[in-house]
Amino acid sequence: MNAAQFQIQLIAVLAASSCALLGVFLVLRRMVMMSDAISHTVLLGIVLGFFMTGDLASPYLVIGAALTGLLTVTLVELLFRTRLVREDAAIGLVFPALFSIAVILVSRYAGQVHLDTDAVLLGELAYAPFDRLVILGNDLGPVGIYLMGGILLLNLAFIALLYKELKLATFDSGLAVTLGFAPALIHYLLMGLVSVTAVSAFEVVGSVLLVALMVAPPITAYLLTDRLPRMLGLSVLFGAAAAISGYWLAHWLDASIAGSMAAMAGLFFGIAWLLAPQRGLIAIARRRKQQRWEFAQTMLTIHLLNHEGLPEAWQESRLEHFQEHMRWNPDFTDQVVQRAVSQRWIERVNGHLELTDEGRQRARVTLSS
Amino acid sequence: MNLLQILHDLLFDYTLRTVALGAASIGIVSGALGCFAVLRKQSLLGDAISHAALPGTVLAFLLTRSKEPLVLMLGAVAAGLVGTLLILRIVSSTRIKYDSALGFILSVFFGLGLMLLTFVQHMPDASQAGLDKFLFGQAATLLQRDVVTMMALGAIVFLLVAIFWKEFKLLSFDPEYAASLGYPVRGLDILLTTLLVVSIVIGLQAVGVVLMSAMVIAPAAAARQWTNRLGVMVALAAIFGALSGVSGAVLSSLTPRLSTGPTIVLIICNVVVVSLLFAPNRGLIWSWARRRRNRRQLHQESVLLDLYTLASQHADMSHPHTTAVLQAMSAGQTDAGRNLQALAGQGLVRAESGGWSLTTAGAEEAQRLLSAASAPAGAERISQAMQGEVGL
Repeated sequence: MNAAQFQIQLIAVLAASSCALLGVFLVLRRMVMMSDAISHTVLLGIVLGFFMTGDLASPYLVIGAALTGLLTVTLVELLFRTRLVREDAAIGLVFPALFSIAVILVSRYAGQVHLDTDAVLLGELAYAPFDRLVILGNDLGPVGIYLMGGILLLNLAFIALLYKELKLATFDSGLAVTLGFAPALIHYLLMGLVSVTAVSAFEVVGSVLLVALMVAPPITAYLLTDRLPRMLGLSVLFGAAAAISGYWLAHWLDASIAGSMAAMAGLFFGIAWLLAPQRGLIAIARRRKQQRWEFAQTMLTIHLLNHEGLPEAWQESRLEHFQEHMRWNPDFTDQVVQRAVSQRWIERVNGHLELTDEGRQRARVTLSS
Repeated sequence: MNLLQILHDLLFDYTLRTVALGAASIGIVSGALGCFAVLRKQSLLGDAISHAALPGTVLAFLLTRSKEPLVLMLGAVAAGLVGTLLILRIVSSTRIKYDSALGFILSVFFGLGLMLLTFVQHMPDASQAGLDKFLFGQAATLLQRDVVTMMALGAIVFLLVAIFWKEFKLLSFDPEYAASLGYPVRGLDILLTTLLVVSIVIGLQAVGVVLMSAMVIAPAAAARQWTNRLGVMVALAAIFGALSGVSGAVLSSLTPRLSTGPTIVLIICNVVVVSLLFAPNRGLIWSWARRRRNRRQLHQESVLLDLYTLASQHADMSHPHTTAVLQAMSAGQTDAGRNLQALAGQGLVRAESGGWSLTTAGAEEAQRLLSAASAPAGAERISQAMQGEVGL
């Protein structure tokens, strides 16, 4: 691994971690599609900022992008408040419109400079190490490292300083209002940060894949934990893992780094979706099966308890009887009985079934609950 | 350039004719299908589908090595469908919300597509050239065979919508009722979603991944403002879509360096703004005027009732009262003098030397308002009547 490769991975990890941190709150607050919209409309901010300063590296571009992010949110809310379109439709109308304006501005007036929509949408991480930060003739390394490191620190500081407020506004915004916190302010701050992160990361990962890094790691973490701090940590972990594994996948395939990072983030989610201990598809299927057996066994004990000690008990506790009475097929009946016997809920007494103390207890508990 | 020249070019200039026809078909099909998407609260599904289609296009090329539009479109449709089904599955099997699932599939499928696309592009043979126009859309490069494929697919979509019109209508407005009537709701759902996917895929090549969502939502959102009937809405959306498509194509052909996709999107967005403002009944200006009228009438009525209250304390109902008294009674809510003048214009009050007095018509109107205001108490009166206390 040479220096350039290391630098690329470092930038990717910094960008992925910044996105993963913010993403947790976007996912929990159901603002994913809004941030998708913002990640597109910052192009307009970049373009306008570029026209005003003539410099793609100007800090004013960040301000312009943050403002267009807020403009997007405001326009969507304005449109939604007319009650003539739904919120999702409002999002779907605003961002293509702003994006179109940006694309037209770029193609008409910025043809001769390096500012194309492909770069904004797709990003090109491979060139990041060549853009060096030089101060007083000293080469301090790629600009991207400082930029993304700064964004990561900004996002970390935001979450650390406003952790309590964020938590409250996210999980109970009604309570947040009554306690005098301003969830609306938090909302706009968060959207502003999304814009700033988007504009800083666009050269690195591009806007669409920014969304991948904002959504995939948090929802993967969401499947694995119920606690916010742990979700934040896991999310960053998955983001960084997607960044590094994505880089090597791209290296191996000779393909887009950003695309491969998104694909890896998707793969991690797929694995978690399948295998998560509580909420994974396999765990759910296994639990369902388990519940089915338990239900059948309990039915069996209840039936036996109902007729226990009565004249018809002999008749009712015959093995064949269950098949017709419960409408169970023979195989299923056999298995239920076997499981119940092995768990010592019932005993087989020459062709008949009898409850054990534990089985009786279990039936009573179920009936009384 | 004059209108005749434009018309001439539309008919006889190969490039413009092809692009305009293509844009018109995209507008018609996505406009019509977008109505169902918007009504079923799936506005942003179109955005997800258009992104999710990318890996399908590249995979179709990788597997067949063909750039036949139909092959690529079928790949895109397959990937779009897989993406949609995954979204639904994620939402139904986990606690992850719809918007997260949407954003996840959208971005991850797009990333996967980008990875495959760059992988293909870096392969030694150059046969893949042009695949990337699915990314951003290049209407100007549309060929006649592309447009023919688009129109054929569009015709199939329309035919199916016509055949299943009643079912789709029911599905869009009341799926539970449809299920209770025994319609195969799940199957219909999948069919309608497939048609939406097809209509989006048709447009990708010309409009591109990002802007396609506007082509789905905007015509429907505009058409919705003008009517409450599904048939009219679908027809209007198709017309809006087609008009924006053609005018966008013409405009961008007349102006140097003006890309077609964004131009079409901006035009259709303007149609939305106009519709939101000016559509009768639902439009913003319309409802603003209605609110204003209602408020004015409410104020006049309250002044009239104030005058009635005062007058009924006198033996003579037409006893005049001054504007100042009425202004005081209105508690600063309104300008009593102006309302009195408006009431005088309707013949309900009369200006006299001592101020304003009720006319007979005014007294009757006030009584009518009072009894209408107490109408909710009607039930009470009925129960009193049943007890024989008052006659009805």
